[in-house]
This record gives sequence, C-alpha cells and structure tokens, in this order.
Amino acid sequence: MDESKNIIHETRIPTLAENTGLFKKTKMRAQRTNRRYALLFLGPSILLLAVFIFYPMLKTIYLSLFLTNGSGHNTVFAGLGNYAALLSSPGYLASLMSTLIYVVGVWALTLALGLILANAASVKVRASSFFRTIFSSTMGVSISVSAIFWLFIFNPSIGILNQIAAFLHLPLLNWATDPNLAMISVIISTVWMNLGFAFLVLFSAFQSLPLSLYEETAIEGVGPVYRFFHVTIPLISPTLFFVSIITFIEAFKSFGLIDLMTAGGPNNATNLLVYHIYQNAFLNGNYSQASAESVILTIIIALLTFLQFRYLERKVSY
Amino acid sequence: MENLTQWTANRKFWHYALLIILSFLILAPFAIGLWTSLLPTADISSGHLFGGSISLDNYWAALTQTPIIRYLVNSVLISLYTMLLQLFFCSMAAYAFVFINFKHRDFYFYLVLSTMMLPFEAEVIPNFQTIKAFGLLNSYTGMVLPFMTSAFGIFMLRQAFKQIPFELKEACDIEGLSHWQFYMKCVLPYSRLSLYTLAAYSFLSAWNQYLWPMLTTFSDNIRPVQVGLRELQSQETFNNWGMIQASAAIIVIPTLIVLYFGQHYFKSGLNEGAVK
Repeated sequence: MDESKNIIHETRIPTLAENTGLFKKTKMRAQRTNRRYALLFLGPSILLLAVFIFYPMLKTIYLSLFLTNGSGHNTVFAGLGNYAALLSSPGYLASLMSTLIYVVGVWALTLALGLILANAASVKVRASSFFRTIFSSTMGVSISVSAIFWLFIFNPSIGILNQIAAFLHLPLLNWATDPNLAMISVIISTVWMNLGFAFLVLFSAFQSLPLSLYEETAIEGVGPVYRFFHVTIPLISPTLFFVSIITFIEAFKSFGLIDLMTAGGPNNATNLLVYHIYQNAFLNGNYSQASAESVILTIIIALLTFLQFRYLERKVSY
Repeated sequence: MENLTQWTANRKFWHYALLIILSFLILAPFAIGLWTSLLPTADISSGHLFGGSISLDNYWAALTQTPIIRYLVNSVLISLYTMLLQLFFCSMAAYAFVFINFKHRDFYFYLVLSTMMLPFEAEVIPNFQTIKAFGLLNSYTGMVLPFMTSAFGIFMLRQAFKQIPFELKEACDIEGLSHWQFYMKCVLPYSRLSLYTLAAYSFLSAWNQYLWPMLTTFSDNIRPVQVGLRELQSQETFNNWGMIQASAAIIVIPTLIVLYFGQHYFKSGLNEGAVK
C-alpha cells in the first residue's frame, strides 16, 4: 500500500527494480483475492468430497486392517489377515464367482441387444423416431419398478412365463428356487433396465457414421451382415468400449435388484459383491470383513474407471 | 426395374417387422405390468388373465390403503433438493477450475476427478456412521447431504464453461464485474443447456437411489419410493399382486412422461460424455 502511494507522488520514472517490485505486489494481491475466490467457489465441493468420499475411503481401509468384536469396535490389528481370510472363504469366493457370471452375462446381453436395436433404428423409415422413443423407454424405469414387473413375469405359480409354459405343455420352471434360473432372471431384469441407455449411446454413434460409407459399400455389393461386422463395428469401437466399461461398473455395483428379487438366494446363488458387503456389515455386524470386501470392490471399480478415463482422454485428443 | 422395387418393398416390410417385434419385446414387461394392474387380484392368482373385468380398483386401493403418495412426495423432494444443490455446488467448482487462477489448480482438479474411481457402495459403513453421528438418520438432510456435489457434474460443467469465449471474461473484467457477478450474469445463462442436462441426470440418479435410503430411512414419512415399494412388497407378501402392480405403474408413469419430454437433454448429455 505504501509503495503504491510513493509511486504516484514521485515524478521520476521508477527504476526497473522498483517496477518489478510493484508488479510483484499487485500480482501477489491478485493471487490473494484469487485464493479467496477459489476457496469460496471450490471449498464447499472439496469439503463435501472430503467428508463423504475421501474420509470414508481411508476409514474403510483402516477398518479392514483390524478385527472387530460383536459391538463393532476394533480390537486387534490384523494386518492383511481379513483379506487372507476372505480369499480363502468359500462364501466370498462363490460371491466373487457369481458376480463375474452376472457381470459378463449382463455385459454380453446388453451389448448384443443394444447393437441390434441401434442397428434396426438407424435405417431411415417412416415413424423411426417413434421406435427410437420405445427403444429408449426403459431409461425411465427404476430398480423397484423393474423388479416388480419381472417378479411377476417369473413368479413360479402365477407368473406369465409359467402360464405360457403350462399352456404349451412345456415343463414348468421354478425361477425362485433354481439357482441357475434365479441368476438368469436377475440378469434379464438388469439388461432390460440398462437397455434404454445402451441403445441411446450406440444409436448416437451409428448416427455419426458418414452416410457415404453405406452408399459406397452398397455399390461395391457388400452385404449388410458383412458391413455390420467389418465396417460398422470397427468404426464405433470407441463407443462400444465406453458402453462396456459403464455396463461393467454398474453391474459390479448392483444391489437393488438383488435385494428386491432374490435377497441373494436361492442358496446364495445371486449373492453378489455389494449384497455380500451389506449382509456382513449390517446384518452380521462384521465391519472389518465388510471393509476388506469394500476395498476389493473399490480396486475393481477404480481399475475400470481408469480405463474409462483413458478412453475419454483419447477422445479429447482427437 | 420392377424387380428392384419389389425387392425394396420386401426389405421395407421385413424391416418394419423387425422394428415391431423388437418394440414388443421391450414393451412386454410394461404391458404385462399395466394390464395386470387393471385386474382383480383373484383373477391374477388363478391365472385368469383375459376375459375378466378390468377396473381401476387396484389404483384406488394403492392410493388409499398404502402410503404411496407420501413415498412419491418424499422422492420428488429428495430428488429436487439433490438436483438444485448439485447444480449450485458443481457449477461453482467448475467455475473455479475454468476462470480462477490459483495455486495447484490441476492438483485439485485431479483430486476431484479421482473420486469417480471410488464407488459409494464401498463406503456406506463409515458414511452411515457419519450421518448417525450428525443425528441425521431418517431425515431428508441425511439423504441429500452426501450427494450435494459430484465429480461427474463438475467435470461436465467444466467442459461446458471452457466453451465460453475468453473475450466475454475480459469484457466483464473491464466492466468491473466480480467473479460472483460474472458467474451469475454470464456463465450460468450461457451454459443453460449443460445445466439442464446435469439437472436431468442428478434428478434421475437421486430418484434411483436404493442402498443409501434403504440403510438410513426407517419411517414412511421420509422413505422414498424405491424403498417404499420394498416395504409394500414385504407387507403384502406377494399376495395382493394387483395392488403391487398398480403401485409400480403409479411410479413408472410420471418418470416415463418426464423422460419423454426431457429426452433431448439426456441425449445431449450422452453425447457430451460418450460419443465422438
């Protein structure tokens, strides 16, 4: 403040040294205001993320290194003991295996059906926007609604599927007690719920393909099936990658449909990772093991998200 | 030539056939659900799905005998609060990353971005304890507080704010507008479309929350609809299928309407995030 006053009253041209001094001062003042504004604008978000994401992550890691007693208090430092126990526990390994089956099933079906829908909707016919709206409609379906619709369809005694089966004199399927059928029913409900999103993303990718490509390949006499696998698929592969990663991440985090439809059963066949965490933490009070499971889940999701970032980075640099 | 028109006509026919079959498959669960919601439960249980009487009785029963309206109101309020707060905090943070020069800006940005790698599902135990320690279990605040900001929202709005011409910032600096004024008067109106998109996403993701409300709500006057249906289901123990289907329909119809009118924004959001 003093220095700036001096400058105004002095008539001689300030020397270079004085000049840079002033420059530094104003710059520092600007920096100070900027720091204040940065705190004002960014502070709330950083604080929220710290309290509800960073702190819980550290706490989870911390909890996973201890043993807990019945009332949920840490007792003994266990190091990686909880992890070792998990990886040798048949229950957890079975849950890991079920999750892999579920994730791969959901991924394959979502992608295959999404591609079929996107391909069918991208040929220009009358009323195609009407069909687009139908194909994307499952985006408006929430977990509980999807669960109720499919629970009725799969219901062993009064469900539509078994009524059709009875009508056609086919063997009845018991979706509620057969482990494999339970897994299939959960996968189908998830895929149906995901399909609207996958369709929209893939459809947009189809739209961005140059039209001339289709004309050229048509003139060269390339059939639609060949064109689909050898021209379209490679061209939209970045989008396929994106949809795959999103589908993987969401499937690994599945909880609601499991809770509503099967509650992990029958015989733990659909006891997926997040449901297993929930059971251990909130039903069995085994916080330390649930924390170790949470850390493993985080590692899986973090790896997948990292791949997604790599994709976005590549996209930006185009 | 005639052959060619014949061939095109055939192709068109098969194409429509394919579109219609696919539409049936997608719509079948909706259709089955909506149809059975109109039937008396006795007919559903005895497998008598066609030829009986249809009525809106199940809807009336769901509206009068269950707290479904209360659940819906809870969900709408929780989703609205989450949406408004996320719009506010995400846009503020994004503004800082684009228009304010401060030390370690990139470090903070990557710090925010890194939270996208950490799934909320893996952090419910400490978060439950935190909310419990704050005394916010079974409250709107407890449902909204952990979701007031999001890395996705900040990232998306940062991309949008970067599109704002720097000349506009310079002009506003010369006018003597402060950061706050520039943010309110220029940045927010200029990025309206991206804000709408984030609004749609944050609303929808709050609406679809399941694990967190299941853990932290205990009473009907707070419980949102996703967990509310679970409650109905366990109380009715699958007996009153007609009423359960009607409840599902009451929940899905408004979201379908919102989706229909909001589809433009969902699409533009998808394009920003996904499609080259």
